Amino acid sequence: MVKVTIWGSLRAATDGAAEVEVEAQNFKQVMSELERNYPGLQAQIAAGASLAIDGKIYREAWFTPVYPDSEVVLMPFMVGG
Amino acid sequence: MALDTEKREFKIIGTRPLRPDGIDKVTGRALYGADMVAPGMLEGKILRSPHAHARIVSIDASAALALQGVKAVVTASDFSEAKGELMQNILENCMAQDKALYHGHAVAAVAATSETIAKQALKLIKVDYEVLPHVTEIEDAVKPDAPVLRPDRRAKGAPEGTPANITNLSNFGHGDLEAGFAKADLIIERSFRTESTHQGYIEPHACLASMGPDGKADLWCCTQGHYAVRDMCASFLGMSLSQLRVTASEIGGGFGGKTVVFIEPVALALSRKAGKPVKMAMTREEVFKASGPTPSSLADIKIGMTKGGKITAAHAKLRFQGGAFPSGTIDLGAMCAFAAYDLEAVRAEGFNVMTNRPREAAYRAPGAPIGVYPVEALIDELCIELGLDPLDVRLLNAADKGTKSSYGPTFEAIGLKATLEAAKAHRHYNTPLGPNQGRGVSCGFWFNFGGSTSVSMSVNDDGTVAVTEGNPDIGGSRASVGMMAAEELGIPYENIRTIVADTNSIGFNDPTHGSRVTFSVGLATIEAARDAIKKMCTRVAKIWDIDPDAVMWEDGHARPAGENAGNYEPMSLAEIAAIASKTGGPIAGHYEVNADSAGVSFGVHLADIEVDPETGFSTVLRYTVFQDAGKAIHPAYVEGQMQGGAAQGIGWAMNEEYIYGKDGLLQNAGFLDYRIPVASDLPPIEAVILEIPNPGHPYGVRGVGETAIVPPLAAVSNAVSRAIGKRMRALPMSPPKILKVIKG
Repeated sequence: MVKVTIWGSLRAATDGAAEVEVEAQNFKQVMSELERNYPGLQAQIAAGASLAIDGKIYREAWFTPVYPDSEVVLMPFMVGG
Repeated sequence: MALDTEKREFKIIGTRPLRPDGIDKVTGRALYGADMVAPGMLEGKILRSPHAHARIVSIDASAALALQGVKAVVTASDFSEAKGELMQNILENCMAQDKALYHGHAVAAVAATSETIAKQALKLIKVDYEVLPHVTEIEDAVKPDAPVLRPDRRAKGAPEGTPANITNLSNFGHGDLEAGFAKADLIIERSFRTESTHQGYIEPHACLASMGPDGKADLWCCTQGHYAVRDMCASFLGMSLSQLRVTASEIGGGFGGKTVVFIEPVALALSRKAGKPVKMAMTREEVFKASGPTPSSLADIKIGMTKGGKITAAHAKLRFQGGAFPSGTIDLGAMCAFAAYDLEAVRAEGFNVMTNRPREAAYRAPGAPIGVYPVEALIDELCIELGLDPLDVRLLNAADKGTKSSYGPTFEAIGLKATLEAAKAHRHYNTPLGPNQGRGVSCGFWFNFGGSTSVSMSVNDDGTVAVTEGNPDIGGSRASVGMMAAEELGIPYENIRTIVADTNSIGFNDPTHGSRVTFSVGLATIEAARDAIKKMCTRVAKIWDIDPDAVMWEDGHARPAGENAGNYEPMSLAEIAAIASKTGGPIAGHYEVNADSAGVSFGVHLADIEVDPETGFSTVLRYTVFQDAGKAIHPAYVEGQMQGGAAQGIGWAMNEEYIYGKDGLLQNAGFLDYRIPVASDLPPIEAVILEIPNPGHPYGVRGVGETAIVPPLAAVSNAVSRAIGKRMRALPMSPPKILKVIKG
């Protein structure tokens, strides 16, 4: 299982939990499991979301591995100017 | 890709060769968006709403179409239905649908044989408007009786009672705020305000569209991302991507404002309807009214600090307005607000609200300047109250490797402390000030990112190399990409020519934004060069009849990898290229990647300001930027980015603002009334580059383009406040506003 930190304004979708656990071994599985277990996150993930994995921000990197001891943080889809 | 573990002595990286586009730009040979022409070309013009908010009851273009020389008129009905809310918003911003949502919103467009006729035709288009109540300010837009722009755009999942114009909710942070504030010796809570600013690029949006009767189209335009332009336009016109080729012109500034489309799909729709090429170019007035700008903001900040300067808790409530459509920039502002600090208890929350203003566009580190400004201003006030040095306090609280950031992830190696120490040791910080002068300090932060990137390079028969990439060069990337190719291949920089290809010539590239290009295109260039080197080594192995692994690349030559490989005369790149057709054919290298591992970036700015107490007129006496670049490929360009960001941030702090009347109309759509700093307004800006390598890039590169616009707002505000002995809490700080605070 991988612990995923959920940012504050999305916690209504996780019953207020700041951190949830999902069964996942890569970026894509984390996102899929979040959508499956917490349907309230589907709109945000569909609109765009990033994952910070051990301090690095990944935007659409499906096959980036995650491990049980990885720090995984759900983040908005990153853009810039 | 990780940082190369083997320490290497660079030969080209870190030098300052002449820019490859320099002669073209100073002689007028460079082709910008408005320079494009085609036989039989028509001129396109847009009819814009004179109202801040109005229902479009009907549009009658019959009189316009009857005018001799008019070849086409388009309205919203000429576009396909966009997929997804974001694309629907972008399309609706390009052409109003059932409502005009702001003063200057496009409602129809015409193509004619001359600009004069096109302008005449606009006057003949009859639009029946039902004028609606409007709202342009944050405070008004959240009132229960506020006019609602788009009921279906209200924030999804928002708690009951959330005002209908609120589109995005944001909340980041960790720790126990109450316990943190209980530990503080001093708690200060203040409110701040900033106004909308424009990116202020010198080149207005311009394009030339040409669609044939077979549905194939070409589009030339000034943009930061021609692949994104292609994708948006193809969607809005119901085209497949392969049928629309987009070529980016030289670009006269973008700063984020050219990452989205405004006139490009309109020109294509007109060309499709008229059967001729259509050129469009915005006037400056149109640029102000209908492109850009940034959000304006309100902020309530509360920070607790010990007598020794340790921050015990920090809380921000941010409210952004991003114009007439939803905007996620509030998330970025909230994430950046406290990112420079290692805090046990921190929270940044806020919302975006719709108003009858143009749709917000990205501007250098979008959201960060207005998220960071109030925090850095309040820290300065705490430092004064507690009698502490502002750099010492920032050093005491600075984020470092291993810090859990205020937005969630734990930082890897970062350069903030080194940057603060460099500022503290610099002669600027230790120079005495005179009367009516103040010195301001501020930190700044930006994420940087990578994104999808494609690079190809061809080894020519004469030993020169053509590098093909797909990101418009807005900050010197052709030079830095060429330098990285030359460094890796071991050939002179002058033997490389880098071009920006059209959308059909190379794989997809995310736009030139997010401070991503030197990082990700550089990374792809290094890998493409290594791909070409591998192929050249394989060819040489065949010539020498040895194993490819027994051939190594060094200083632009293939050499035997060791004594056991045999005794062969090294072959240069040029020698290998000259016989390429005999050894297997042309030699090329390429690399395609969705690059991650862009390292975050921090900056620290020092500003010395003198204020005339009689007039409120302020003068920037001295300004120094300290920033971690990871590795500066071409230091002159890095310095240019740092100086340019500072200049734009100074303008944001001192003068720039969108001004709306009570009628909801924009009052200052021109550079005479919208004051940006010019060269004579500013002193030389000193740039101090620090190099703390990004562990995610072979040479250690971090993005540098955006961070520099983040600190100036607070650095200048803190300097002015210290100069006048009173606290400024609203931007811009134009002379009348400063005088008002002085007079009390």
